[in-house]
Amino acid sequence: MANPPSTDTVVKSIDYTMPRTDWMEDIPPQFIPNNYSNPAKPDQLEYFFGYKGAKEWLPTHEDWQLPENWQEIIYEGFRERLEKYRSLKVFMDICVRCGACADKCHYFIGSGDPKNMPVLRAELLRSIYRKDFTTVGRILGKLSGGRKLTKEVIKEWYMYFYQCTECRRCSLFCPYGIDTAEITMLARELLNLVGIQTDWIMAPVINSFNVGNHIGIPPHTFKDIVDFMVDDIEELTGKRIDPPINKKGAEILFIPPSGDYFADPGTYTFMGYLMLFHELGLDYTLSTYAAEGGNFGLFTSHEAMKRLNAKMYAEAQRLGVKWILGGECGHMWRVVNQYMDTLNGPADFLEVPRSPITGTVFQNASSTKMVHITEFTADLIRNNVLNLDPSRNDNKRVTYHDSCNPARAMGLFEEPRYVINNVCNHFYEMPEQTIRERTFCCGSGAGLNNDEFMEMRMRGGMPRANAVKQVHDQYDVNMLACICAIDRVVFPPLMDYWVPGVDVTGVHELVANALVMRGEKERETDLRGEPLPGKEG
Amino acid sequence: MYDAGKILIGLVIFLLLLTFPFWFSLGQASYESPDLQLPEDKEECIEDTEWMRKNHMQLLDDWRDTVVREGKSIYIGKGGKKYDMSLQKTCMDCHTSKEEFCDKCHNTASVDPYCWDCHVAPEEVANGQQ
Amino acid sequence: MNALYALIMVLALVIIPLLGAGAAGWHVLFGVIVPYLAFIAFVLGFIYRVVLWGRSAVPFKIPTTAGQQQSFPWIRRSRIDNPSTRAGVVVRMILEVLLFRSLFRNARVRLFREGPQLSYGSSKFLWLGALAFHVSFFVILARHMRFFTEPVPVLFNWMETLDGIMQVGVPTLFATEIVILLALAYLLLRRLIDSKLRYISLPTDYFALFLLFAIVISGVLMRYFLRVDIVDIKTLSMGLIQLQPEVPDSVGVMFYTHLFLVCSLLVYFPWSKLMHLAGVFFSPTRNLPNDNRMRRHVNPWNYPVKVHTYEEWENEYRDKLKEAGIPVEKE
Repeated sequence: MANPPSTDTVVKSIDYTMPRTDWMEDIPPQFIPNNYSNPAKPDQLEYFFGYKGAKEWLPTHEDWQLPENWQEIIYEGFRERLEKYRSLKVFMDICVRCGACADKCHYFIGSGDPKNMPVLRAELLRSIYRKDFTTVGRILGKLSGGRKLTKEVIKEWYMYFYQCTECRRCSLFCPYGIDTAEITMLARELLNLVGIQTDWIMAPVINSFNVGNHIGIPPHTFKDIVDFMVDDIEELTGKRIDPPINKKGAEILFIPPSGDYFADPGTYTFMGYLMLFHELGLDYTLSTYAAEGGNFGLFTSHEAMKRLNAKMYAEAQRLGVKWILGGECGHMWRVVNQYMDTLNGPADFLEVPRSPITGTVFQNASSTKMVHITEFTADLIRNNVLNLDPSRNDNKRVTYHDSCNPARAMGLFEEPRYVINNVCNHFYEMPEQTIRERTFCCGSGAGLNNDEFMEMRMRGGMPRANAVKQVHDQYDVNMLACICAIDRVVFPPLMDYWVPGVDVTGVHELVANALVMRGEKERETDLRGEPLPGKEG
Repeated sequence: MYDAGKILIGLVIFLLLLTFPFWFSLGQASYESPDLQLPEDKEECIEDTEWMRKNHMQLLDDWRDTVVREGKSIYIGKGGKKYDMSLQKTCMDCHTSKEEFCDKCHNTASVDPYCWDCHVAPEEVANGQQ
Repeated sequence: MNALYALIMVLALVIIPLLGAGAAGWHVLFGVIVPYLAFIAFVLGFIYRVVLWGRSAVPFKIPTTAGQQQSFPWIRRSRIDNPSTRAGVVVRMILEVLLFRSLFRNARVRLFREGPQLSYGSSKFLWLGALAFHVSFFVILARHMRFFTEPVPVLFNWMETLDGIMQVGVPTLFATEIVILLALAYLLLRRLIDSKLRYISLPTDYFALFLLFAIVISGVLMRYFLRVDIVDIKTLSMGLIQLQPEVPDSVGVMFYTHLFLVCSLLVYFPWSKLMHLAGVFFSPTRNLPNDNRMRRHVNPWNYPVKVHTYEEWENEYRDKLKEAGIPVEKE
């Protein structure tokens, strides 16, 4: 892992004044440690895509080992996608370069790199489109903003389409709704075609496909992990619970992101889910086949996304459940809310989700048949079925980060806030321009949460961290809540870097802390083993 | 999903708006330039016709300011002839009918000058039309 | 540099009618043939581009949600910024198209190195400038209908009266002419002065602005300074509309310049970014409801993919599963 430079150095290096040069001349990009992700390995590409003839390369190399007919492949792939995606075609055609998006990107704000302006990121692709696919561009060339597809352009694409987290913040401000996430997704698909991909995305994709989760935890180890958590929960509450795994005929299939059973602090959130379900006496099951809510296919290609997502419905059908409940995960919910039903539906073997506890029917999930856990829990709280003691979270002064995908691809704003406000007494919002639909990315989404990219992650996370710092300074906020497993993995280093003294938690960890379980012993600590308020002894 | 129907409806609406003048003029008699009633007993206007057609509005505006604000009332044409700066006494002495002269062009060009907010048109008054 | 290229191109477009209609006196060419061809090129080009977009599929429903989703009756949903109904989408689109709703959100980021502290100040100038330009352009376009209709529908008369309500000068000064010049100047200056805008601007971005400038200026010159006889112009324009073209002698070169620049805009329009006029209606992040989980969206080219089936997976892990006490399909 390359250590990022000091915060001072980073802040001093940011300059929003752009060079006077022509951006098309400002290539090739400079690949230096900390600003790029390592490429995928040839065997990964061959295994997952059936891609033949890939060779080892590094971004710092002069020769990227592109196939001989790489231009033809890109051209054909582009043509095909222009027909398949109206979004791409329209977004290529109608940008007026008004610049409204320019300073909306967290990577631009944190780096000042002109090509991180969303408009210019899209122009990297648009310039090729104009030259090769429009009449005017063919005639006028550079005058109309067209340029030739060279190997330098491929390098530029690799640099900047892997410096976009597909967070869609720019698309919110665009007068035409041009969505850089869509452009990045399709640009990455084009790069895939010539064997350009990152290791950090390919490995989780293959693990998810083969084993069932990003890290490749096999089913028996998954069971061990759950058993460890059950022990911890018993120690904490005195209650022994028995989470069902691959149980046929259960009413609900619960799919968490694997980050929640892999690493702290996500594990506490996972324990939170288990405690809540036990307390409710919910007839549910975990699955070791569909053990991953996250879907790095979203960051690879639409086809990869479909291949990975297929497991959810397949497993729901095999187990004969009525509906699916999904855990706290960001990009998972982009896939579930906007793609799953289209990709792998219709799920007519499932029933319209209905909470067995409150009887509430989740009409908003009547077709996809999958419910977000904060929707589920908000409904529980609203119907007063939980015995909650929010004072157990009194040592936490909490703020809430809207994860990009549930925010701008779903609109899940009030449910998590309602839950937090019912399980915590000290909740503070970050500045208005940085939350809800305007929320800033963690800086590490879309498959960029790898260590070799650390400096850019810290830069991209700066706007979010800075907003946390404001509530940290003003209200002594010491806990950043979120509903995304990647957030829970990447925020701890981001907070340590920019705002030391702020911890990270999932919403259901807070729920579990406040949840008074029937017959539990008097708790001395929270889920992390920290003494509860008044029990510091 | 292509939404071909919606796109087609949108296109048709756009084209209808775009071609509005074409179908608006359908079935109408072909457009004729206004035929103005010219004074029978006069040969020339205070300036040449071409100039008057383009600039009469400016001239009248100047006249009004000169007469009302500066108290002067003699206009000397390019030919050296002197005229009283008066819409009613000079202009409408020859062009007696507002309807047959002024309005013809003003209507077709959709111009609505505010001369008549104060002035009266001699012929129309005589005929009891105003 | 890019601005200079564009300026030269627009100047060339100004010189063509000055020479052709002015010096050479080809009035039929510039008064009849070019306008007809330009109009046809615009209509066909426009249809072509729209049909081309229409032929690409909309595989997924990907609205950008800018407000609370529809979930429970007790949570107030954002019916317009995150519409889940067709009516909501229609209102969202109307706000987007007529009032530039998204642009209204604009905020400018500032970095204070002490702290460091990022702040986001509301920034509505782009919204105001863009809206001012578009509204003025539309009103001016509507006002021109007096040349293409007879009798002139009263709606256009009202528009004109309203636009000239200040009653300044003769002919009456139109407010939209001042506003559009100011708006264009703002839109141009920000491209030249703001380093970010300068860096992203292409020659075509300046070209559109300079061309519009040239059109407005030539129009203003004609109306207030180098006077033309508008009754003769109406004879010409009505002749075009009624397909009985007639070219009066007295129509000046200023008019032909104005007309030629408008024709240039018409021809250029369908092949340029100006197609955002139609494109905004096609944006899948705005024109689709966020009802994905309620109503299934069908992808016309959806195809089966290679998956890792449960059966294959169990075969790989059966022993481990049994050992761990996890139920299996086949013993």
